[in-house]
Amino acid sequence: MPVIELSAISKHYEMGQQLIKAVDRLDLTIDYNEYVVFIGSSGSGKSTLMNIIGCLDTPTSGRYVLNQRDVSGLDENALADIRNQEIGFIFQSFNLLPRASALKNVMQPLIYRGLSFGDRKAEAERVLERVGLADRSDHLPNQLSGGQRQRVAIARALVTNPSILLADEPTGNLDSQTSVEILALFDELHADGQTIIVVTHEPDVAAHGQRVVRLKDGKVLEDRLNERQPTSH
Amino acid sequence: MSASRPATNPKAKRLQNLAGSRYPLWFAASEGARAALGSIRAHSFRSFLTTLGIVIGVASVIAMVSIIQGLSVTIGQQFEGLGSNGVTISSFTSRENWMQGRIARLTQSDYDLIRYRVDGLESITPIMQANGQVRSGSKATATQVVGSTYVYQDVAQYFAENGRFVSDSDNETRRRVAVIGEQVREDLSLPEDPIGQFIQLNGEWLKIIGLLEPKGEIFGQSQDNQVIVPFNTLASLQGNRRQPDMWIRFTVRDLSELDNINATITRLLRSAHNLDEDEEDDFRIQTAQQLQDTFESILNTVTIVMSGIVGISLLVGGIGIMNIMLVSVTERTREIGICKAIGAKRHHILLQFLLEALVLCLLGGFIGLVFGYGIGALAASLIPGFPADAYTPWWAVALAIGFSAFVGVVFGMLPAAKAANLDPISSLRYE
Repeated sequence: MPVIELSAISKHYEMGQQLIKAVDRLDLTIDYNEYVVFIGSSGSGKSTLMNIIGCLDTPTSGRYVLNQRDVSGLDENALADIRNQEIGFIFQSFNLLPRASALKNVMQPLIYRGLSFGDRKAEAERVLERVGLADRSDHLPNQLSGGQRQRVAIARALVTNPSILLADEPTGNLDSQTSVEILALFDELHADGQTIIVVTHEPDVAAHGQRVVRLKDGKVLEDRLNERQPTSH
Repeated sequence: MSASRPATNPKAKRLQNLAGSRYPLWFAASEGARAALGSIRAHSFRSFLTTLGIVIGVASVIAMVSIIQGLSVTIGQQFEGLGSNGVTISSFTSRENWMQGRIARLTQSDYDLIRYRVDGLESITPIMQANGQVRSGSKATATQVVGSTYVYQDVAQYFAENGRFVSDSDNETRRRVAVIGEQVREDLSLPEDPIGQFIQLNGEWLKIIGLLEPKGEIFGQSQDNQVIVPFNTLASLQGNRRQPDMWIRFTVRDLSELDNINATITRLLRSAHNLDEDEEDDFRIQTAQQLQDTFESILNTVTIVMSGIVGISLLVGGIGIMNIMLVSVTERTREIGICKAIGAKRHHILLQFLLEALVLCLLGGFIGLVFGYGIGALAASLIPGFPADAYTPWWAVALAIGFSAFVGVVFGMLPAAKAANLDPISSLRYE
């Protein structure tokens, strides 16, 4: 059962006289509980594709069905709802709110869900415990290590129970030991049934995925299943 | 891989069972206010500086209004002493005549004319003022000398604390007597009870028959620096150096006769002053009420002009707020991008920034209110008999707070709209 169906998705930019085809008539289907890794060099269109899948951007043409709902033509506010309900974003630079504690950061998406303070707090605490940060919930982001910040970001992505977890270079700002820990957490979440999409250019990260999609010039160059590697710990 | 969603995501149901707010806009506003307060607290010093313009603006509104209202009340109280049926006749020189050196005067004969030819008057008194030097022994002081009659004590609300006031017989017989104010007594080092002592006014000896009740100061001007002598005495002391100007005050027995009496007086004085038909009256007949109305209309004009100036200062304060809010939006571009990525709609962001500007302005408004009361109270304490803080009217408070809220909304709108319209992708990339 597909969670994402992209058919003939294109995203074109005009730069002066030149028309840049960031994504060019791309077809892709991703099922529930898949662990997909997008790889490609810079300029391959993977960030644009990521933005489209994450409903931050709309395609110039083509059809995007997310969770049995066509989202290609939705307006800004409807897309905000989709992002809130279906997508959990994880960024390379964590993108936490700097003046809010870990708990408040995790509670933030639930504000836009309209949940009361008490409900938000209970949900956020539950998810922070899930990522192993229950004892750091009142720390500000700058009082946390890189790995801990990324865990807060993961908790924030998970707190809305999204259909897909969308991670853009999630280990880009982390040292190798912490990267391994974060990827192990992804593996656990995948094992729990979470659909995960990761964009990366690092082969180590790609090796964790179930399925690897290699992009070039806005098109799918290669789409293969990975031989699932046993986690080292 | 092909597992259906409820099985893969068993907790999804749980979250969906937690009901969202039934009043989304109210919810967004209260969450926006929470976020705005958090942000103001996080930058408390900067927030204070931002709202300083509003603080100063509102403080000046409140201080100004309370001082003017206090002034108006004080003047009103002074006019109350005149009684509502009291009428004053004073000379009036038009601008043209004044430039031609034709200064109008009321004279003793005008007074006699009105006194003997007009019916229906209850009381009538001439008032003459002169500046003079009084001496006692080696001491001398400059003071205001008023020449009037017995009626004057009701007119000006001066009463003798010791001794007695000027009497009618004093006036008729031009007795050389004086009632002095406390300030004069002090300046001349006269004893606590100066009755029976003599002072010298312009070289003539006067016997002190009374000491006035002390009245304190108005605008730093002592009201106790007075010497009151019988009108005829003062007139004779002035000699025939020149025709002195004077006022005539009278009260009427029946207020409904006032218009008739005024008409009679106008006719008498015009003919006495030989005015042609096309000439303007060279005197004014005014009731105490008219005088008070004149004062109040002057004060109201002052209030309006000052309000305009203060309004401009609030506007400038608002521009300051807009400026800082725009900086703050730029500074928080990335945060706004994050919030949008995780599901914030335009109205969430708009409300947060709008409420931040509104709360800043209201905060400034309330601080300014406190300061303004303080300044008003300070001014009141410097001027005795000035009930400032009790007279800051509710409309001034409502206006000041309302106007700061208005400024907040107007000048918060542009930054808030700018924040709400930010593109999530480029905001997330913003460094």
